[in-house]
Amino acid sequence: MWKFIHKFASPKYFYNISGKILPPLGWVTLALFIVGLVGALFLSPPDYQQGESVRILYIHVPAAMLSMSCYVAMAITAAIGLIWRIKLADIVAWAIAPIGMTMTIIALITGSVWGKPMWGTYWVWDARLTSELILLFLYLGFIALQTAIEDTRSAARASAILALVGLVNIPIIKYSVNWWNTLHQPATISKMGKPSIDASMLWPLLIMIAAYMCYFAWITLKRSRCELIYRERNSSWVKKMVKEAS
Amino acid sequence: MNQPAFHEPGLFEVIRAVLRREITLAYRHRGELINPLMFFVIVITLFPLGIGPELNTLQRIAPGIIWVAALLATLLSLDTVFRSDFEDGSLEQMVLSPQPLPLIVLAKLTAHWMLAGLPLILLAPLLGYMLAMPLDALPPLMATLALGTPVLTLIGAIGVALTVGLNRGSALLSLLVLPLYIPLLIFAASAVDTAASGMSITGHLLILGALLVFTLTLAPLAISAALRISTT
Repeated sequence: MWKFIHKFASPKYFYNISGKILPPLGWVTLALFIVGLVGALFLSPPDYQQGESVRILYIHVPAAMLSMSCYVAMAITAAIGLIWRIKLADIVAWAIAPIGMTMTIIALITGSVWGKPMWGTYWVWDARLTSELILLFLYLGFIALQTAIEDTRSAARASAILALVGLVNIPIIKYSVNWWNTLHQPATISKMGKPSIDASMLWPLLIMIAAYMCYFAWITLKRSRCELIYRERNSSWVKKMVKEAS
Repeated sequence: MNQPAFHEPGLFEVIRAVLRREITLAYRHRGELINPLMFFVIVITLFPLGIGPELNTLQRIAPGIIWVAALLATLLSLDTVFRSDFEDGSLEQMVLSPQPLPLIVLAKLTAHWMLAGLPLILLAPLLGYMLAMPLDALPPLMATLALGTPVLTLIGAIGVALTVGLNRGSALLSLLVLPLYIPLLIFAASAVDTAASGMSITGHLLILGALLVFTLTLAPLAISAALRISTT
């Protein structure tokens, strides 16, 4: 078991194996996106209350889901890099951060575009919107700290600590923002409640979620590979590979 | 038996020595202690000027203003808490010393809080009164600040420890730390709000106390880890 993990964590092995995984994963992602988008934009029925704007949610919901789980994934990989000093984990955490930030931005933008026809305004200080915004700040802090420190090793370790502190704080922030919202703002906006979702709308949503997850895996591997080969540019296997290619 | 070459100080001696060193150092630079306090007062003065002198509006937003100002003032005063020690190398000595680093950090931050946090708590009722807060709400305001400012110091110190080696750390520091302050701001400001409307705030104070205990236990460990990274 440990041997397997160590083997996988070696840069060269990771580079080779991810090179084999990437192309099929890319095609699967593309196929899922095509099926999911066609299903979401054309085949699924408009909502009886929200009309056509419900289609925004097929983009919004998976992004919002990923924005949270990206942070957890980033913090855990950063912690692995910090504790076991695995360089590859540092690189993966570095690769995830901008992806998570982008997902958060997509979730915020699509959310406010959806909010305009539904709530009559682009922005309300709703608990979920606010905690999403705070999540964006946490990502920005992580990325800013990483770019501010020159040495990649200590940049990775310092930002790992920040990510862990953020991870501990996220439940507290989420809880306190919910509490703040119910306290300060009476329910002026009737939310969707929890309508049991119809099967004709559920399947495009599930496929879109799967597509986002595959895309996340694909782009993470891609970014990690690029950064890996850049950071390892002085090692013998990279030099050998470049010489063979040219 | 060989006697040890020198006497190794116990934990309480270490705490006392660090406290005395910090307070002496601060006393030698008395002028710098005033700056965050002046910042606190001036920021709060700016709000009535920007919003208008209607007492009802001011009363409504007073807890939030005072808390946000306290938060920024703490961040401002924290900015230099490890800086001079980092520059003259004494921080490295603390990291290398056989005594537990979290304990030294905790003693340092205690001294910092006594010099920067306590004056804020004592000034707050005066400013609250100027912002037309009801008199009944002033003791709760002080109570939330008493529980909350140590949390501000501890969480902020994590950010300071991470950025101490950087040249332009200050702007980065606020980006790192301010999002982490949000839960505290929410609970503290709404506690004062609740008190102003005449209801019991025991529950709020318990949550603030829980946050204090939580950060008091974990933050020194995170700060020490961050300092070890920054000094290598």
